[in-house]
Amino acid sequence: MQYRCPNCEHVYDEAKGAPYDGYPPGTAWKLIPEDWACPDCAVRDKVDFAPVSAPSTGAVPEASSH
Amino acid sequence: MKQASATPARWADSKRYLWLLSPAVTMVAGIGLLGFWQFEQPWMLWLGFGILYGVMPVMDWIMGEDRNNPPAEALPALEADRYYSWILYAFVPLQLSILALGGWLAVTHELPWYHLMGLAMSVGIINGFGINTAHELGHKKPKFDRWLARVALAPTVYGHFFVEHNRGHHKNVATPDDPASSRFGESFYAFLPRTVIGSVRSAWNLEAERLARQGKGVWHKDNENLQSWAMSVVLFGVMIAVLGWAVVPFLIIQAVYGFSLLEVVNYLEHYGLLRPKGADGRAVRCEPEHSWNSNHIVTNLFLYHLQRHSDHHANPTRHYQSLRHFENSPQLPSGYAGMIVLAYLPPLWFAVMNKRVLKHYNGDMSRMNLQPSKRVELLARYQDDVEQVRV
Repeated sequence: MQYRCPNCEHVYDEAKGAPYDGYPPGTAWKLIPEDWACPDCAVRDKVDFAPVSAPSTGAVPEASSH
Repeated sequence: MKQASATPARWADSKRYLWLLSPAVTMVAGIGLLGFWQFEQPWMLWLGFGILYGVMPVMDWIMGEDRNNPPAEALPALEADRYYSWILYAFVPLQLSILALGGWLAVTHELPWYHLMGLAMSVGIINGFGINTAHELGHKKPKFDRWLARVALAPTVYGHFFVEHNRGHHKNVATPDDPASSRFGESFYAFLPRTVIGSVRSAWNLEAERLARQGKGVWHKDNENLQSWAMSVVLFGVMIAVLGWAVVPFLIIQAVYGFSLLEVVNYLEHYGLLRPKGADGRAVRCEPEHSWNSNHIVTNLFLYHLQRHSDHHANPTRHYQSLRHFENSPQLPSGYAGMIVLAYLPPLWFAVMNKRVLKHYNGDMSRMNLQPSKRVELLARYQDDVEQVRV
């Protein structure tokens, strides 16, 4: 499964993990701590990430204009 | 003859070539140093200093504001244009050349202490601008950009900024937990030691935690703080080996003054602003209202739109050329170049800024990031102003 940051589009892929952050390839999403922040933008946390479903219905990024 | 459907007018970036001002400022300081070498005129050593405290605030005042935003449809192409990255890349070798030239002048000329200060501070200004270049590069994803960010931080020994800024400051901005967010009633001189020490501590802890998750100790070679500080050790080591120990005072003055410029800018970016805690106990998301902004074009061009700070904090991976002005963001009365002079003079700073913070929060001091040690005193002192704002 993949999960996407709604701010910067960074994708957490369970198959790849986040080795730089200390989560090796294969780390399940549920094992990532709740306060884990997006490694690219740092302004969204795990709870904000949206699952990336089938390619045709990819998560819609949140509007970035205010 | 039937005309082909009109192509929509293509948006062109009116600031495209003006962004070259940032690397150009290193040239001006460089011309000052080369001029001193040629003509032995010590005032030329102060050229960098004069640009920051004289030319930039006055030009901000003359040129005024620029509220132009690129249209949404132009953003993808603007973000992808490598020209803007090359401007950042160009800065770093120029910055290092200025440092080397400055060090050489410091040891080969008998300068009275005050002109040595002028020389070191002019070079420190360039390396302070270098932290701003590093800031832009450090937010980018390509490895080369991130490496160059750390090179640009080496002259000010501020390599830990690369760690702390992205993962600490951006996460905790405008909360009491952030060492780099200044509080209502906190003078720059109270803020400076708190942010300098707090940022090193935060960077160290961030790397210790990350390395621990990887099963490594904090002294491991993968510690990005240690790696970045090692760059400074190598840089200063080479300069001392070539120029001798006499270069050390110059190196220390330019480094300390250079990073103090970053910190004075930190001081004015979030002064008094607070992200309250939501029902879940987390601070609410960083919104445009949590950063002070300025559209004064001259300083914006020198600092890669750093003053469009609300958009930067809302979208930290956005490139400098695409940052937008938000109408609902709190605005500083001047560009950063003018505001840092105010920050050096706390009574003046409080006189100008405190009423703006009060107005921003509609007189509700419970919504501000207050200096805890002055809480009672501040609530009493601003009681009358609170009444006025509310009327």
